[in-house]
Amino acid sequence: MQTSVATETGQRIGIPRETFPGEKRVATVPEAVEKLIKLGFRVCVESGAGALANCDDDSYRAAGAEVVATAPALWAQSDIVFKVRGPSADEVGLMREGGTLISFIWPAQNPELLQQLAAKKATVLAIDSLPRTLSRAQKMDALTSMAGVSGYRAVIEAANAFGRFFNGQITAAGKVPPAKVFIAGAGVAGLAAIGTAASLGAIVRANDTRAEVADQVTSLGGEFVKVDYVEEGAGGGGYAKVMSEGFQAAQRAMYAQQAKEVDIIITTALIPGKPAPKLITAEMVKSMKPGSVIVDMAAEQGGNCELTEPGQAVVKHGVTIVGYTDLASRLSKQSSTLYATNLFRLAEELCKAKDGVANVNMEDDAIRGLTVIKDGQITWPAPAPKVVAAPAPKAAAPVVAKKPAHGHGGASEPMSAKSLALLMAVAALLFWLIGSYAPAAFLGHFTVFVLACFVGYMVVWNVKPALHTPLMSVTNAISSIIAIGALVQVSPVAGAVGRPDSLITWLAVAAIVLTAINMFGGFAVTQRMLAMFRK
Amino acid sequence: MSASLATVSYIGATILFILSLGGLSNQSTALRGNLYGMVGMALAVLATVFGPTVTAAGLPWIAGAMVLGGGVGLYAARTVQMTQMPELVALMHSMVGLAACLVGFASYVDTSIQHTGAEKVIHEVEIYIGILIGAVTFSGSLIAFGKLNGKIGGKPLLLPGRHLLNLAGLLVVIWFGREFIQSTSVAEGMAPLVVMTVVALLFGVHMVMAIGGADMPVVVSMLNSYSGWAAAATGFMLSNDLLIVTGALVGSSGAILSYIMCNAMNRSFISVIAGGFGSAPAAPKAEGGPVQPAGEVVAVNANETAELLREAKGVIIVPGYGMAVAQAQHTVFEITRTLREKGVNVRFGIHPVAGRMPGHMNVLLAEAKVPYDIVFEMEEINDDFPETDVVMVIGANDIVNPSAQDDPTSPIAGMPVLEVWKAKTSIVMKRSMASGYAGVDNPLFYKDNNRMLFGDAKKMLDEVLGALKT
Repeated sequence: MQTSVATETGQRIGIPRETFPGEKRVATVPEAVEKLIKLGFRVCVESGAGALANCDDDSYRAAGAEVVATAPALWAQSDIVFKVRGPSADEVGLMREGGTLISFIWPAQNPELLQQLAAKKATVLAIDSLPRTLSRAQKMDALTSMAGVSGYRAVIEAANAFGRFFNGQITAAGKVPPAKVFIAGAGVAGLAAIGTAASLGAIVRANDTRAEVADQVTSLGGEFVKVDYVEEGAGGGGYAKVMSEGFQAAQRAMYAQQAKEVDIIITTALIPGKPAPKLITAEMVKSMKPGSVIVDMAAEQGGNCELTEPGQAVVKHGVTIVGYTDLASRLSKQSSTLYATNLFRLAEELCKAKDGVANVNMEDDAIRGLTVIKDGQITWPAPAPKVVAAPAPKAAAPVVAKKPAHGHGGASEPMSAKSLALLMAVAALLFWLIGSYAPAAFLGHFTVFVLACFVGYMVVWNVKPALHTPLMSVTNAISSIIAIGALVQVSPVAGAVGRPDSLITWLAVAAIVLTAINMFGGFAVTQRMLAMFRK
Repeated sequence: MSASLATVSYIGATILFILSLGGLSNQSTALRGNLYGMVGMALAVLATVFGPTVTAAGLPWIAGAMVLGGGVGLYAARTVQMTQMPELVALMHSMVGLAACLVGFASYVDTSIQHTGAEKVIHEVEIYIGILIGAVTFSGSLIAFGKLNGKIGGKPLLLPGRHLLNLAGLLVVIWFGREFIQSTSVAEGMAPLVVMTVVALLFGVHMVMAIGGADMPVVVSMLNSYSGWAAAATGFMLSNDLLIVTGALVGSSGAILSYIMCNAMNRSFISVIAGGFGSAPAAPKAEGGPVQPAGEVVAVNANETAELLREAKGVIIVPGYGMAVAQAQHTVFEITRTLREKGVNVRFGIHPVAGRMPGHMNVLLAEAKVPYDIVFEMEEINDDFPETDVVMVIGANDIVNPSAQDDPTSPIAGMPVLEVWKAKTSIVMKRSMASGYAGVDNPLFYKDNNRMLFGDAKKMLDEVLGALKT
């Protein structure tokens, strides 16, 4: 992306003071300024931009930024502007023709702003339009970092408005029960709220239409409350979707129940592009205990509670309903630091050469998604990313994992009738042949042999797999019973004509030596092994 | 001692042997089982020595041979390392095989026993088969011994047309068997008998040479089975029921073990014996592989591993042959003890074919004093992986490969595996990224929740232990 102002080194990044009433955040903190300068950029900051986030002008100067006295001067000399909130109409007026802007824009809600910026031939990257399913994009995901901050702050606001301890205590002055907190929606903000509330010692319950987040809720110390109705609520892209009527009825019943039981409700339910679902009715508020608190984090989108007044904390039916829309801003140092890091990561992606020149590469999935206006052309909405990294719905599960065969299948699975019949037939034929031709003496031995095979089969199936090695060494020792064969041969037979006595003796002695090694060695080593097995 | 008394003693010995095998069904009764075996063996030997067939002239020979062999055997049993158990067992099988051959030859040249008609034929067939099995067991076990202790390379040796070679060998054996039975004198029959023995020896060598390292559990248990059948054949040859029964017990025991091992690898017995796991999967691999796992391998160091272990509530350790090679079992136990003292629930998951012989890992862990009640079989522990925080895989690869379940085209598809990837985190200790014995790439390494700890197992575990103790 080229700009008209010739600079000796890199492009100039401008950080204006936020003008929105009550906004305390700033787009870049001094730590991030240093990193941006390392990428080759020059950074200028409007005087007082970070004052409300505990970053004074001197700290920016120390980090290498230039401090500019007024907003018009800053906008005029900046190639790229980093902001938190989308620009006001005045600010758009200050913006340089063909400049670049990176901030929250919410293009779906602000079509006029988009038109104004396009008229300025600007290039605009809306940090809220980041394709969140790309794992590479997570480091730039300002929505997540802001939601995390808001979730934390929501619990703090609730604690502030709540008249009791969060944790249960047994004191000399009596027993204090722990606060019960219910959190509706276990997205990033909800999970942050669960973790915060649980670490304060409250009993935390949470619900979400997406059943798969149950594990995450539990892992943070919360209890997942199920809605007694079966429906899958993941709407793709990590957001929830609108649920069916039957589900909503069941959900309402569950919320009504929770409202009666808990002390604090924090709602975070949002559906993209739609007003927030009304989860908490006036009836439910009435049913809550006096002194209870509701923090409605969806207040900006109309609120999850019917009685929420966006931007304010009100008391209705004895219940404090907090509808602040600037929760992240209320923790300005933290949220500014996280936001600055997100923007720095984005700058890294834009400036891979580290030469201080941002390159808006529309081939890159992440950058393409972010870019809502490119050189005055509105490019929003971006097409869906080519590669969806996260496997979307479970319904399209890949290869169904085959049930693995059992390791000891033979004993538990009966043979099929066909192969059993075949086996029996072969056995019958074999026995018939033996019966017809073999002499009686052989048959006696054969009977013993077959029966012994069966006994061995029955006995050995009971051996634990852990003892297979000792089993082998003991059977090995036992198989040296072959020594008997050698023993009966070793003595010369008196009177036998032509028997090569000495040859047989030597053969037999050799066999005895071999089997004796086996016999003594086998039993001894088995003994040694078995003695090692201990509880 | 009368013949009847000797026979009764044999019956007693038979019962004791059966009790001995039965005793092995449980760790607590196993020692007693071994004792039964010893008593049974002593009974059988003494009954024979003092029985009617052994005369005073033979006693010095027997005593000398027993003392010599017993001394060597006891010495070997004392000094053998537990990691060398498979080699020792293989070597012992070869001795049984050789003894069966010797007894067979001795029996053939013994002219004091005369048979006629069908009995003569049967007797000679028994000798022939006894020597055949004995020779195969002998040479096969020697090769297995060589492979197990590394004197012979573990790679399968695949001669061209090896199935035809085996078939030709079989035909030669049958042909000379006919010659042998038709021979009228000992001198005349000796030539075919010797030829057959040589062929059988070569067959044994060839058969085991064609089988690769990780199929060794099957081979060792198969040879165990053969040594039993050799004893049984000798029993037929000498008309001795004790030999027949004992041989049959040992033979069926080995056969069952082979069957269990084959099942654990989801392979048929025939395909293992036919040899060369390396040959079949080589083809799909050359075409670029069925599914190439993609993603990044995340390496960790010993300190991070210790950190993960320390923070875990439940840990399962999956040992493989690599642990035996590195002699790391004692360090593994030290880590286990340290973690258990910290209240971590440490357990072991053993795959049936881990190691080089059935139950190999259990023996190694027992040697390292790991209590056997925290050592579990694959089926006992497979359902517990999802609730486990950290799984540590030590020197194992194919037995934890998820493509056995996910990828129907994988050469190991359908093989039961330990589902370690379902745990929250798995740590695989390996020397390098080389694929396992089956030559299959392991998608486990590329999973998000998997970490690799590269290096020699013993050295890395020592470092982990050091980090755990600080």
